[in-house]
Amino acid sequence: MANTAKTRSGFGAWLLDPKRRGALLVAPAITILFVMNIFPLMWSFGLSFFNYKASSLKVPTFKGFDNYGKVLTDERVWERFQTTAIIVSSSVIMQLIIGFLMAMMFAKVFPLRRIVLMLVLTPMMLSFVSVGVFFKLFYEPTFGIVSFVLNFFTEERFVLLGSPEGAILGIVIADAWMWSPFVMLLVLAGLVSVPKYLYEAAEIDRASKWRTFWTITFPYIKSLLLLAVLFRTIETFKLFDVVYIITDGGPGSTTETIAVYLYRTAFQFFKTSQSSALAYIVLFIVIVLTNLYLYAVNRREEEVE
Amino acid sequence: MTIELKKLTKRFGALTAVDSVDLTVGDGEVLCLLGPSGCGKTTTLRMVAGLELASEGEVYLGGKNVSDRAARDRNVAMSFQFYALYPSLTVAENLAFPLYGEGLSKTEIEVRVARISDTLQLGGILNRTPGQLAEGEKQRVAVGRSIIRDPTCFLFDEPLSRLDVQLREEMRGEIKLVLQDLSRPTVIVTHDQLEALTMADRIAVMRDGRIEQVDTPHNVFQRPKNLFVAGFIGTPQMNLLTATLTASNGANAEFAISGGQTIMIDVDPRISELSPGTDVTLGVRPRNLEISNEPTPDGISTTIDIVEPMGAETLVHLSDGQHVLRLVTDWRVPLNEGDKVHTRFLPGTTHIFTADEQVLRTP
Repeated sequence: MANTAKTRSGFGAWLLDPKRRGALLVAPAITILFVMNIFPLMWSFGLSFFNYKASSLKVPTFKGFDNYGKVLTDERVWERFQTTAIIVSSSVIMQLIIGFLMAMMFAKVFPLRRIVLMLVLTPMMLSFVSVGVFFKLFYEPTFGIVSFVLNFFTEERFVLLGSPEGAILGIVIADAWMWSPFVMLLVLAGLVSVPKYLYEAAEIDRASKWRTFWTITFPYIKSLLLLAVLFRTIETFKLFDVVYIITDGGPGSTTETIAVYLYRTAFQFFKTSQSSALAYIVLFIVIVLTNLYLYAVNRREEEVE
Repeated sequence: MTIELKKLTKRFGALTAVDSVDLTVGDGEVLCLLGPSGCGKTTTLRMVAGLELASEGEVYLGGKNVSDRAARDRNVAMSFQFYALYPSLTVAENLAFPLYGEGLSKTEIEVRVARISDTLQLGGILNRTPGQLAEGEKQRVAVGRSIIRDPTCFLFDEPLSRLDVQLREEMRGEIKLVLQDLSRPTVIVTHDQLEALTMADRIAVMRDGRIEQVDTPHNVFQRPKNLFVAGFIGTPQMNLLTATLTASNGANAEFAISGGQTIMIDVDPRISELSPGTDVTLGVRPRNLEISNEPTPDGISTTIDIVEPMGAETLVHLSDGQHVLRLVTDWRVPLNEGDKVHTRFLPGTTHIFTADEQVLRTP
């Protein structure tokens, strides 16, 4: 041992010193993180204060908060926020209802429960792109299964994505299909944490089913429901892939969520600085929501203790 | 109102948890189901409550066969081992909870809650939630919630098992006081014999799903029906010695204790049913042994192994070479480990158990 240590000298020995081993091991990860994430993040933050266009060779000039002012006063941006809000709220409500009902179902023991549970959880594990493609094909007027089934009754092709309401519904259904199992998992965790003897006590005390639910079950799941709402709101707020694939924001711009609009501004119209500013506004909103979420997580932990 | 169990049996798969139990609890009577863990006492209680349905046999509450009814249709009151207080409700709401189904007016509910909180001294904590209560307070609320209604019977599952020793003694007295006022049959499940001996009018000792003996606390202690009850009830445990009957005259008998010593003691007249040469087990409680300086015919010679002072009394572990005997004596008696002493069996205190583990005694 002493021998090998002696033969190494200079920079190599300095680098391989046990003191530096930890830093050396994490260095590649830190480097990649910095190059791929942190640097672009800072860079785009800087860009949001200039009038830079990625498609032009002009030297950018400093514009201060002009881009932020432009974005916040833009009527189209507010429209996109409204569209996003409609999609987020309807999708989250749908996920809550379906997830909750499924959790009630899976809280009971029935034949093949494990297998059914596994199947129900699969949508959550698929990639956004494949879910988007699935639903685009489902909704397809000529060959899609939705149109095919409805054809039996109406003898007409069914074009779900033709109207603004239909297109929003189509996106909401796809998103809810994918994420209701997540809400179900959270609620199920709450349901199974209720001690059985509480239900027995309620049975002895001759409480109605309704009273039993509100007195015993609901307190155990309410903080988890709040977590589910916040988490799904944050995620759905950033919804891009599914919308982009199913409707591409159409018809017109009626299903263009803020994320899709952001993408268009940045990579179709190349208003790079303006889109950076918008991205930071979105980031700010997400940070606020995330903090609410963390607050709820902490409260839940205190309750459990 | 009475509780009557007829041939009550519960099977879980191949396991028979409760095996053909017959039991009657009278109006206002307190019966303790006592036994080691896993003996089926809690399952029996849950079958009375209706939380488990019997595999066989019947449950009669107030003369009515309720065997097939769910718990909510049996009108029983029960307090659970883990209290089962509703965590989201305050103490007052917990107490009032069983009354919501009764169709009482709000004022009537308030009056009853006030009465119970007076009885159990819960006045100061009515607005707290169970999470903010100490163990003893939780226990009192659980008892309060179970006695607020007028049910057909009261059931308590290990009511004191989660309290520390001091609190347990305090609550034992309190619960006994509350139970005296209840004019309904009451069943208490416990594994703590002191709890059973102090609170019960009668004790049912259970083992492996069967009832071994049902009797008053006094009789369960003084007149155990078999070897299991004799060994289970009483601390320190009863001394059990294997022996062979050598001679008897109807009132006195001589036994050869395994190990070589002989002893001559007065016995129950039923000894005449046994012929000399029969193997028996002699049982004598530690407080019915006495140290004597001289060898006596009703004693054996022993060596002191361990001396454990317990305050007012001293517990002595003795050995006759074959058995370990426990003896309790006054703390003033001077004893040294390693000393050879003679141990007398006090007259009229030895129980004789035959090979089938049943006691030999005139009923």
